[in-house]
Amino acid sequence: MQLEESYDIVVVGAGHAGCEAALAGARLSLSVIMFTVSVDSIALMPCNPNIGGSSKGHLVRELDALGGEMGKNIDKTFIQSKMLNTSKGPAVHSLRAQADKQWYSREMRKTLEAQENLTIRQAEVSELLAADGVIQGVKTSTGMIYRAKAVILTTGVYLKARCITGDVSEYTGPNGLKAANLLSASLLANGIELRRYKTGTPARMDGSTIDYSKMSEQKGDRKIVPFSFETDPESIQKEQVSCWLTYTNEETHRIIRENIDRSPLFSGDIEGVGPRYCPSIEDKVMRFADKDRHQVFIEPEGLYTHEMYVDGMSSSLPEDVQIRMYRTVPGLEQAKIVRNAYAIEYDCIDANQLRSTLEFKKISGLYAAGQFNGSSGYEEAAAQGLLAGINAARHISGQEEIILDRSQAYIGVLIDDLVTKENHEPYRMMTSRAEYRLLLRQDNADLRLTELGHEIGLISEERYRKFCAYRTALQEEISRLENTFVGETEEVQTFLREHGTTELKSGATLAELVRRPELDYESLAAIDPSRPSGLSERLREQVNIQVKYKGYIDRQMQAVEQFKKLERRKLPQDFDYSQVPGLRIEAREKLQRLQPESVGQAQRIGGVSPADISVLLVWLTKQGVR
Amino acid sequence: MEKTIAAISSGLQPSGICIVRMSGPEAIGIADSVYKSRGGKKHLSRVKSHTIHYGFVCNGDEILDEVLVSVMKAPRTYTGEDVVEINCHGGVLVAKRVLELLCLRGAMPAEPGEFTKRAFLNGRMDLSKAEAVIGVINAQNDFALKSSVRQLQGAVSVKIRELREKILDEMSFIEAALDDPEHYDLDGYAETLSGHLQPVETELQGLLLRADQGSILYEGVRTAIAGRPNAGKSSLLNMLAGYERAIVTEIAGTTRDVLREQVQIRGISLCLMDTAGLREASDPVEQIGVNRAREAIEEADLVLYVADAALGLSEEDLQTIRSCEKQEVILLMNKTDLLQDTENETVLAAREQFFGCPKVHVMPFSAKTGEGQKKLEDLIVSLYDAEKLLYNNEVTITSARQKELLRKAKESLSMALQGAELGVSEDFLNVDLMNSYRALSEIIGEEVTDDVIDRVFEKFCMGK
Repeated sequence: MQLEESYDIVVVGAGHAGCEAALAGARLSLSVIMFTVSVDSIALMPCNPNIGGSSKGHLVRELDALGGEMGKNIDKTFIQSKMLNTSKGPAVHSLRAQADKQWYSREMRKTLEAQENLTIRQAEVSELLAADGVIQGVKTSTGMIYRAKAVILTTGVYLKARCITGDVSEYTGPNGLKAANLLSASLLANGIELRRYKTGTPARMDGSTIDYSKMSEQKGDRKIVPFSFETDPESIQKEQVSCWLTYTNEETHRIIRENIDRSPLFSGDIEGVGPRYCPSIEDKVMRFADKDRHQVFIEPEGLYTHEMYVDGMSSSLPEDVQIRMYRTVPGLEQAKIVRNAYAIEYDCIDANQLRSTLEFKKISGLYAAGQFNGSSGYEEAAAQGLLAGINAARHISGQEEIILDRSQAYIGVLIDDLVTKENHEPYRMMTSRAEYRLLLRQDNADLRLTELGHEIGLISEERYRKFCAYRTALQEEISRLENTFVGETEEVQTFLREHGTTELKSGATLAELVRRPELDYESLAAIDPSRPSGLSERLREQVNIQVKYKGYIDRQMQAVEQFKKLERRKLPQDFDYSQVPGLRIEAREKLQRLQPESVGQAQRIGGVSPADISVLLVWLTKQGVR
Repeated sequence: MEKTIAAISSGLQPSGICIVRMSGPEAIGIADSVYKSRGGKKHLSRVKSHTIHYGFVCNGDEILDEVLVSVMKAPRTYTGEDVVEINCHGGVLVAKRVLELLCLRGAMPAEPGEFTKRAFLNGRMDLSKAEAVIGVINAQNDFALKSSVRQLQGAVSVKIRELREKILDEMSFIEAALDDPEHYDLDGYAETLSGHLQPVETELQGLLLRADQGSILYEGVRTAIAGRPNAGKSSLLNMLAGYERAIVTEIAGTTRDVLREQVQIRGISLCLMDTAGLREASDPVEQIGVNRAREAIEEADLVLYVADAALGLSEEDLQTIRSCEKQEVILLMNKTDLLQDTENETVLAAREQFFGCPKVHVMPFSAKTGEGQKKLEDLIVSLYDAEKLLYNNEVTITSARQKELLRKAKESLSMALQGAELGVSEDFLNVDLMNSYRALSEIIGEEVTDDVIDRVFEKFCMGK
């Protein structure tokens, strides 16, 4: 007899996307079951031991403002923290923390287990159940059926996973975990197109065999900034561990070059498409032949172990080449490998099959997030997972689904790029992908998204009240600066002289003074007696940024207005583009296949030219006339 | 349904034939309702596409004009819609009456540029082609036409793309460094950036400069005829115009206001401004004329300075000519017909005076006999040779929108370069670089928004 259970939402996978999706669904009061091939590998970090970094840090902040978990979890379990790019403008400041991997995983599991409405189940989902383009549930490899109103696929790199080291390959997921070999066939049978991507990871070294005296130490920041807006900065100041910097050299490169024919990437054994931005060391050596050295960061895997991650030297070369290659690096001469570097190949989808809500266009109620969508990175996965969870919940309860646009959040850019653009490699977030990045700062993610998070129902009343108070105080302080005039008194002139800036000829507002390159909000306290006391550091920083960079920010706001115009012009869905005369064939095919939701989105599709858009605009106008 | 639009598309200057064009789904039907063939039996709705028909435009029984009607059916037409062109013979007034009649029968008067807008929106031409069409329409002479044709062939696109690429290179490096600060260092990069992009700034500046000169091609060379009273200025004007444009008398100070005339010299348009003779006039009316003459010289590209060869150059003449710093000056030593020897003392003295001044050209001349006319024309052609204006086939930007975008691109780039000098952080520099890049992209139509389309087509003249 076949057993059946019913849930609102089924989440397939318990990685970073799956965890966020399951938590969001359960927190929105729906019954959720989350499947994993191994309960011990929930929220596993199988590659780099850190969260955040350029633009990824932004994603975590945004996720936090919307009510996601990743920021809080890393705040609990980090062992080193650093704000990157602090010498550059505020928009590209980015937080990155080294995680204790096991701790991170354990804390996330605790949170999941404590969550009401959430069931965790170890099983391999083998079949998708759908009828007439509507999802019905899933079936496991043991024959159990789980009915559901929505299913979220977050299978990461596990579908038909294959790990490759040189000429040795195994059909397993990361770290020898069981691969999910059955689901792919069912996806294909349901009309979902699959593709094959590849990624890789470097070796882990036994830290007790590393000579750190030959490397330069990379310490954390003295003052630690939390990821989550809910974390009290004071509560997380702690002793940090260090990372270490060393370099490859000519000898390393010689060994790689001499053995390049044994690399499965070059021999053609790996068919999956790998990312350009995170190349293996053999890739770097072959493609950038003129560089005589490459940076290598040695990073701890956690406090519980000596194991060290060799950042910058991922590889799929054979084991013997790996051993020789790593030992050429200063400090690693005697190092013993704990785990080999390997490449991994897996099935995933072209996310063009999804709507901006992350729901499949062809199957109602079926959602997808994370590496399964062709992205890479824990943060990218988590961000999608959160949105997929929110939208699955709203789909079930009949609410309008949430789409973040490109001017609202990096998450919006991420999802729009995935579902709209032609992607041919694992997609990684980058700050240059965000055209309005001066507005999408990590420091104002709360101001951008908390309101929405509260509306969705993932932000507690208490947090929302605090946020509103913060926002009000911020606005008041900014308007005080814009409206407070400073006269050319002796005290002021002396102050300006001392700070190396020109003296006042006539009065100026405090805001105008903040905008001077030599001054900032903090330093102006000396000539600002009416400044309210007790403003938090975060608020003071925010005031400074918003006032100082107002010119740039305003200009970008204007660009956003322009952008929104086209975003607001919606296109009909399931529309037959062959009836629009004058569209070029390529554009017609792409539009037909992608069914963009707005003129703005249509414009971003590769192969759709401005002339095609004009034709479409005319058509829209004609429709309007009718 | 799309409206059917109509307009006089041949411009409103008097000419032998005026073309009234109609485009839209009702074009053929409306034309048919006013058309009568000689035998009275032909119907335009039944004729083949791309054919021409002789007949009459009639309002009831009244015949408005004898016409040739071209019928072109969609989609292979200028606008991509059904198009009818009526060639009228009776001049502008008749053409206007034909247009009114068509509007009575259901056509709407076209907005400026609407035909081309439709052509563009129906995918019959791309943006930079559409703009070049303005050039074709407005080209007043052969040389401007040449430039328009080059633009149609995409010379502008190629140049802009090249500059765009260079900006893109720098932006992408900065982005790489922002994204991966531990691998790519921006220390000292400001200097590299300036080194790479200053040449681009210079090129943009050059394009802008040529864009300004490009306007000479369209508007013609602004040419002031100046000189002391009774030196023969008006005679020169008449000679160049080919008819008695100005009243010529023996009396000094006959010309009081500035007379304007458009003439063609072997394909080059000259906007001639004949001015009052330069002298301190006691007559207040004449004095106003003299002041206007000086203003005309000020605004001119070229000054044809006429002096009496028998009298030689006065101190006043020398002063006026020397004050022309920006302008080319052709100094015509006039009335050689009254002299024994054309290369006489006064001509030689004038040559000596301006020896080493590349912008002052001295030549003996006689407006009365026409002596020196060919040499004068040769000189003008050599000065305003289109090839030379185009900087030996270098690209010129000609439309106002393109010029505006080019200026924006240049300004943004300059801001980025200034920022680099001031030590502004690179992510902000990229904002300006991106603006510059975007402006250049817009020139070649790589980014199209409604606003852009509307703006471009606002600038169009009626019809093609």
